[in-house]
Amino acid sequence: MQESTDILEVGVWRGDASGGQLVSYQVPRQSSQTILDVVTWIQRELDPGLSYRFSCRVGMCGSCAMMVNGIPRWTCRTHVQKVVQDNRLTIEPMRNMPVIKDLVSNMDEFFAKWKLAEGQFHGRKTRYDPIEPLLPDSPRRLAASAAIECINCGICYASCDVVSWNPAYLGPAALNRAWSLVNDERDIGQQSRLNAIAADAGCHNCHSHANCATYCPNELNPTASIAGLKRLAARAAFAGKI
Amino acid sequence: MIIKPHRGQPLWIAFLLHRISGLGLAIFLPFHFYLLGLALEQTETMDGLLRWSDYPLVKFAEFGLVFLLAVHMFGGLRLLALEFLPWSNRQKTLAASAVAISFLLALGFLMRAV
Amino acid sequence: MAGFRLYLLQRITAMIMAPLVILHLGVMIFAIQGGLDSAEILSRTQGSFFWGTSYGLFVLAVSIHAAIGIRVVLFEWASFRGVLLNIISWLVFVVLITMGARAVYAVVA
Repeated sequence: MQESTDILEVGVWRGDASGGQLVSYQVPRQSSQTILDVVTWIQRELDPGLSYRFSCRVGMCGSCAMMVNGIPRWTCRTHVQKVVQDNRLTIEPMRNMPVIKDLVSNMDEFFAKWKLAEGQFHGRKTRYDPIEPLLPDSPRRLAASAAIECINCGICYASCDVVSWNPAYLGPAALNRAWSLVNDERDIGQQSRLNAIAADAGCHNCHSHANCATYCPNELNPTASIAGLKRLAARAAFAGKI
Repeated sequence: MIIKPHRGQPLWIAFLLHRISGLGLAIFLPFHFYLLGLALEQTETMDGLLRWSDYPLVKFAEFGLVFLLAVHMFGGLRLLALEFLPWSNRQKTLAASAVAISFLLALGFLMRAV
Repeated sequence: MAGFRLYLLQRITAMIMAPLVILHLGVMIFAIQGGLDSAEILSRTQGSFFWGTSYGLFVLAVSIHAAIGIRVVLFEWASFRGVLLNIISWLVFVVLITMGARAVYAVVA
């Protein structure tokens, strides 16, 4: 790998639930270097006590999501040359989630909201029943497919200001998953899902800032999914179902 | 005011404009209703206050108010379309057009007023 | 009132007001030509069933719409909750609808 003499000034948030601050590190700049490479270099060469998450390091699992210069990104897929400003970088744990340590945030509430939004599938058939034929290009299936590639990385949740302003708000990821299940004709839990997404913490809180759609690495659009939930809930409200 | 990095994108700006214009209009309304209410018993006071609208600074403020109203309404129509109509990715263009139309309307107001 | 119902009311009053805003913008642009005085306003609106119902509806809708809007802003940006939030929201509604109804009466009676 080509080496250059450039040095990156990297501010990394260090601390835990009781508090912390940005700590400066000097990291040699290299061509084809990702933010995950930078964090790994710091942990290996400068401070083995730096805590951070990663897994696949090829942009499939979403574990390495962090705030890079104030924007939530997959660090394994973010090249330094794309985001660096004056050879400076700032790396912080994900927004809207409590910190465990350094760059590792606590995703318990994120997943709890997933459940609260009825983001899990409720089936009625068993393995002994014939397989249900599903047309891949039916309108509902297309709507479900458009929203289904979510891998729970939390970037949309970290970028959402409504989550910041309303801590109870279910958030873009949970509601996006609820929308994909609303469109799953095999699911029999639709009434409880309807109640969940129309509750006080539900879809109407979304102001369509579309930060979620802007920053989702899988190019999903929770804003559009939530708009679909709003339409569904509105129809249900007028039909007396909620 | 420094806008945080994750907020700088067009649809968030559209939201901010919508919220600020809504707040501005909500604050303005009681004064507007008060002025009109003067027509009941105190038309002379009303005419006196209306004379203020001859001043360029007041005309500029009125232009601002019309701009706020147009921005808020067109922004709101954009939201209604986004939420209740089949959605497409033309939203950024629509957001821009919404502000443009409101500005033109406010300009029309100003030109007639001067 | 439950959150989702308030949201629906907000959207419905918005839809009601859209044509009324266009009407109002048109009236304003027309009315301010050649200066504005109370006699000119009253000559147009006094005794008018059309202006009475249009602006009456406008006042009702905007009072609801603004009260809900202020409620959301106070909830999100000032962390107001519970009883205080409800009191202020109702206060906004009451102030706007009483002053607005008086204004409509003043120019139509």
